[in-house]
Amino acid sequence: MKGLWRRLAAGLLGVAPVLLGGLPAWAADKLPAEGPVPWEMGMQPAASPVKAEIISLHHLVLVIITAITLLVGVLLAVVILRFRASKHPNPSRTSHNTLLEVAWTLLPVLILIVIAIPSFRLVYYEDRTRDADLTIKVTGHQWYWEYAYPDKGNIDFNSNLVQDEDLKPGQPRLLTADNKLVLPVGKNVRILITSGDVIHSFFIPSLGVQRYAIPGRMIETWVRIDHPGIFYGECNQVCGMNHSRMPIEIEGVDPKQFDAWLTEAKTKYAADAGPALQPARELTGGVRQVADAGR
Amino acid sequence: MSATTHDHVHDHHDHKPGFVARWLFSTNHKDIGTLYLIFAVIAGVTGGILSMIMRAQLQHPHGTIVTSGQEWNTIVTAHGLIMIFFTVMPAMIGGFGNWFIPLMIGAPDMAFPRLNNISFWLLPPAFILVMTGLLLGESGTGWTLYPPLSNSMYEPGIGMDCTLFALHLAGASSLLGSINFITTIFNMRAPGMTLHKMPLFIWSELVTAFLLVLAVPVLAGAITMLICDRNFGTAFFDPAGGGDPVLFQHLFWFFGHPEVYIMILPGFGIISHVISTFSRKPVFGYLGMAYAMVAIGVVGFVVWAHHMFVSGIDVDTRAYFMAATLVIAVPTGIKIFSWIATMWGGAIELTVPMLWAIGFIFLFTIGGVTGVVLANAGIDQIVHNTYYVIAHFHYVLSLGAVFSIFAGFYYWIGKMSGHQYPEFWGKVHFWMTFVGVNLTFFPMHFLGLAGMPRRYPDYPEAFAGWNAVSSFGAYLSGLSVLVFLYVCYRTFTSTEKLAPNYWGEGATTLEWTVSSPPPFHTFEELPRIR
Repeated sequence: MKGLWRRLAAGLLGVAPVLLGGLPAWAADKLPAEGPVPWEMGMQPAASPVKAEIISLHHLVLVIITAITLLVGVLLAVVILRFRASKHPNPSRTSHNTLLEVAWTLLPVLILIVIAIPSFRLVYYEDRTRDADLTIKVTGHQWYWEYAYPDKGNIDFNSNLVQDEDLKPGQPRLLTADNKLVLPVGKNVRILITSGDVIHSFFIPSLGVQRYAIPGRMIETWVRIDHPGIFYGECNQVCGMNHSRMPIEIEGVDPKQFDAWLTEAKTKYAADAGPALQPARELTGGVRQVADAGR
Repeated sequence: MSATTHDHVHDHHDHKPGFVARWLFSTNHKDIGTLYLIFAVIAGVTGGILSMIMRAQLQHPHGTIVTSGQEWNTIVTAHGLIMIFFTVMPAMIGGFGNWFIPLMIGAPDMAFPRLNNISFWLLPPAFILVMTGLLLGESGTGWTLYPPLSNSMYEPGIGMDCTLFALHLAGASSLLGSINFITTIFNMRAPGMTLHKMPLFIWSELVTAFLLVLAVPVLAGAITMLICDRNFGTAFFDPAGGGDPVLFQHLFWFFGHPEVYIMILPGFGIISHVISTFSRKPVFGYLGMAYAMVAIGVVGFVVWAHHMFVSGIDVDTRAYFMAATLVIAVPTGIKIFSWIATMWGGAIELTVPMLWAIGFIFLFTIGGVTGVVLANAGIDQIVHNTYYVIAHFHYVLSLGAVFSIFAGFYYWIGKMSGHQYPEFWGKVHFWMTFVGVNLTFFPMHFLGLAGMPRRYPDYPEAFAGWNAVSSFGAYLSGLSVLVFLYVCYRTFTSTEKLAPNYWGEGATTLEWTVSSPPPFHTFEELPRIR
């Protein structure tokens, strides 16, 4: 509850993410869960450098657009109060003022340039990482996500929604997945996204990541998670009847724990795959994806 | 603008055809305009009922009104298509366009009256087809129709084909209408009315008609390919056959982005007239206003991929589309400031149409500035497809376009029907709508920033608060529609007689020189513009 009010207040000031982005967990036990909170008015706090940059640009733009809206609102109020027919019965015939017209054409151009410069920087920064420490492949399906670690051997597993009746206390409904996508904190992770059927969208607000999963295409983006935590996302492109029921749950862990998880996952998910699929998986799952990654 | 005209008081020899010939085989621009307006009201109420169902479902998590995701998706699709193709466009273009283009340029009728008739009569079958898609529950793709979801493998039913054919019919209707508008405006202006003397509403309809002629064929091509993919085994958009789903997105948005300007530009025209009339001043910066609309139309054609910032398009391409999109803020700003400057120094009367117009300026500004946020590809990466986008486009369309439609309705209903609306109930309608829609759509900005995706029938508990607020706002807006219907009832049963120019000296365009309502045939002798 305390966290809620803090965020509500901070959200009113439009600075919630800055104040709270760096703070440690409010959840008492193990990993902090980062997803939406009730009555949130701003963006989810940043858990990656990309998201931090998004928030900072959004603040700049938010200040500018609020000022413009207030200006228009004040001008309208002044006009209505000062030039009511009851107070100002004889209208002027003014219909031109070159200076004014040039001013309200050029000033917006200058404001747009102020926005555009940091915006261009951000677009290029978000695009991809040059030196990836790890590559993962995400495949959208109706209606679950499939995660693979092509450069870490034979790890390929599905991540399904945990149904309401199976939720454990503290797990958010419609956001909790059975098999989490585990990623190391502080490492540059290249994300390759595709789909096995229709278009989905791989969307994690707190990490500043979103790309469509499109069949026949491999779309690249990247993430570097700041701190350990659980990060929630959802499918964000309509994909059929269970569009709202294919969450993304990411566990950011420190690199040592990640290595331990890898060892465990190699046996766990290899067993899941079943013996018959093994050779085919080796071929398509390993070699081909690495080739795609280097595309 | 001043004009010498004939007094049409002697309209007792004004011959009107019988009911069937007048309304079913209509070739009279005023009657066709009336048909369009009635159609838009019926479609608008239908689309509005769908909104109420959606907001009731989303009022709290675990909503049980809509039972399946597929059903939800078809409702979302039908709401979008109905509001765009069957409410806003018929009202703005078919309704007010047909009524007032000939009256404002001093022409006896449209250039091609029979074409005008078929433009309208293509719409009802199109509407029936969209409703078929909805009632069969087989068109759950969103109005964007992206394949592969719209391919036969994922939407196998005939309802999807019905929806696609509906768009073909509605598209053909718009194309024929636009050809008619362009021909009429270029060739049938009264002697002395040069392009630069044309009322701004005519400019806005002219630019809109050009956008339609250039954009709709691209949509027609895209959905033809989609229909072939679904039924005849082609693979234009199917990666398994070498096709490309992203190609559809490019084609769709090459149409879809101009389409949003098609919906708002006639509103710009209406607002200019209302503001000028009730400030009793000529429009400030007439040429700037006219060419700002032309600029919006032109630039609107080269920004389409800002709807596709997360579709994996190249980073340089994203940077270009971002810059081009930001540019649109400039002509839009010119319009907003010119409207305020028109009011500055005027003698403002806060009649009902003026309230809608002022409300439009403020709410369109909010919708416009959130557009600037979304134009930044970097920020859009996180708000794309979220409720922030829903808030943005409802501020420019549901609040912008619809407010301008109501401004036009209250401004011209006396002219069209010969009966004046009740001022008090008009104000009640305005304030209820104003509060209702803001309560509905403003919280959606918060939901979007917090990451709530669109087209969700159920959502995590964290989003419950603002969704409840939004739903209550929607119910208030729904009630305001009932007030509107009551206003219509009171208007049509009123016995008050109206003068040709019941707004007084502020209203200077040609439609105010003919009687209210105008005779069946107007301008049998052409007015002369000095």
